[in-house]
Amino acid sequence: MVQNRPWVTFCSHAILILGVLLVAFPLYVTFVASTHTLEEILSVPMPLTPGTHLWENYAQVLRSGSTRGAAAPVGRMMFNSLVMALVIAFGKIAISIVASFAIVYFRFPLRRTFFWMIFITLMLPVEVRIIPTYKVVSDLGMLNSYVGLTLPLIASATATFLFRQFFLTIPDELAEAARMDGAGPMRFFFDVLLPLSATSIAALFVIQFIYGWNQYLWPLLITSDESMYTAVIGIKRMIVGGDALTEWQLVMATAMLAMIPPAIVVLLMQKWFVKGLVDTEK
Amino acid sequence: MEKRAIFRSAWLPYLLVAPQIAVTIIFFFLPAVQAVWYSFQVQDAFGNDTQFVWFENFAAIFHDEAYLNSFEVTAVFSLLVAVLGLAISLLLATMADRVLRGALAYRTLLIWPYAVAPAVAGVLWAFLFSPSIGVVSFLLGKMGIDWNWVLRGDQAMLLVVMAATWKQISYNFLFFLAGLQSIPRSLIEAAAIDGAGPTRRFWTIVFPLLSPTTFFLLVVNVVYAFFDTFGVIDATTFGGPAQATNILVYKVYFDGVKAADLGGSSAQSVVLMIIVITLTVIQFRFVEKKVNY
Repeated sequence: MVQNRPWVTFCSHAILILGVLLVAFPLYVTFVASTHTLEEILSVPMPLTPGTHLWENYAQVLRSGSTRGAAAPVGRMMFNSLVMALVIAFGKIAISIVASFAIVYFRFPLRRTFFWMIFITLMLPVEVRIIPTYKVVSDLGMLNSYVGLTLPLIASATATFLFRQFFLTIPDELAEAARMDGAGPMRFFFDVLLPLSATSIAALFVIQFIYGWNQYLWPLLITSDESMYTAVIGIKRMIVGGDALTEWQLVMATAMLAMIPPAIVVLLMQKWFVKGLVDTEK
Repeated sequence: MEKRAIFRSAWLPYLLVAPQIAVTIIFFFLPAVQAVWYSFQVQDAFGNDTQFVWFENFAAIFHDEAYLNSFEVTAVFSLLVAVLGLAISLLLATMADRVLRGALAYRTLLIWPYAVAPAVAGVLWAFLFSPSIGVVSFLLGKMGIDWNWVLRGDQAMLLVVMAATWKQISYNFLFFLAGLQSIPRSLIEAAAIDGAGPTRRFWTIVFPLLSPTTFFLLVVNVVYAFFDTFGVIDATTFGGPAQATNILVYKVYFDGVKAADLGGSSAQSVVLMIIVITLTVIQFRFVEKKVNY
């Protein structure tokens, strides 16, 4: 604080509180809707205080999904989302860290070519090559499988860049010393590089976990079997069209459930996540 | 920057890059090349007969009213999402940077929507603004505003813009806050001593110093609005009513998957790829040079 201006400080707090309320309002209404019966939600305007059907709604979706839309248990969908998020997060980190290790610490023919190939993937989001990617995955027989859900999304230019940037800041003396002491490249990688990268790995984990958990278009395309739906797809499939037909209390309970795991990951790892986000992109 | 101390091995580096390169070739390059290939072809409805037609698909999409409309919709949509998202989060970040007490608490409270999937954000906002049962549309109705985004294009656009912006505020906020906190206090103090008030200080010192962050976020937000908002659209308006919210990426999906027009959809994919590549190149050019005063 440069100057003490109580009035300006008061305004700042007021604006921030307004912002927080604006951000929180949709989440609050979702929570409230998930604790009522459908009749209560359909009686316009719906109540804005929590109701008494919380347990009932959540138990219903977790065990058996909705009755008019997707009927797979949300418990199963959350498990699918979790598998997808974890495999993508760990997979991306694993293949990127070894690739950057090779690119930074070795000289070999085609090194630059490989680097540019990875770089270019940054420019090709799934959305622009939907149909051909779908064809490739379907030709490989990966539809409705965990491999199909995760493998195509596992290459990550972002992670490779972050690790490359980070490795370049590590003093050369460390590698020299390790070599002098007779450590091979893999020994150096596991005993020196990996422990040093812990913070970057943690930050990337948060970013990629959320990326994986929140995927929409890809699972929408390749999962036709209800037991392979992810939570986000499940929500979409529970909306059957027509406000009076959709079981909103169940949709909202599922939405709450789908938001909780990524929210927990973000909140618990907030410090690393912020550092990672800001470092990754710049 | 290059490393001096390097390891030697004839095969190890290849083994290390192999998984990444394999995935990249199979799931990125192959499909991208195929998209380009399909974009030069026309297929009959059953996929039996394929003809190579050079640029006919491109000519066709650029003569298609719906496609040109989609361009316009995308431009309006991404501009609104980027500008609104940046403005709101910059305001919040500036305020959070000012207050001594509670900055961390505010950050924790504002970080939430980052964890929400775009499709879920779409569902939440569609529910709030639902013409028949929505809480907000009920209030709007009380105020005499006839709210029905299912029928009215401008309101549908407003809805998807709100949902998409809401989801992106946390991300922008985190970057702006980090950017603001890295500005040396001494600069601001010096200006204060010279008699510049908070507003003047913001526009003459803080905002220019923040320009690399702002520019970076601008590109990220435009890319976000172009691609990641697919979920928002598919969970709310399906591109309607009457194509009012049919953004390019949704049209690629709809034409390719629902309408099974392989050639046309691939041509659209190629156009989109060119747009992303341009955006990425611009971003890297400027990030390298650092937009700064």
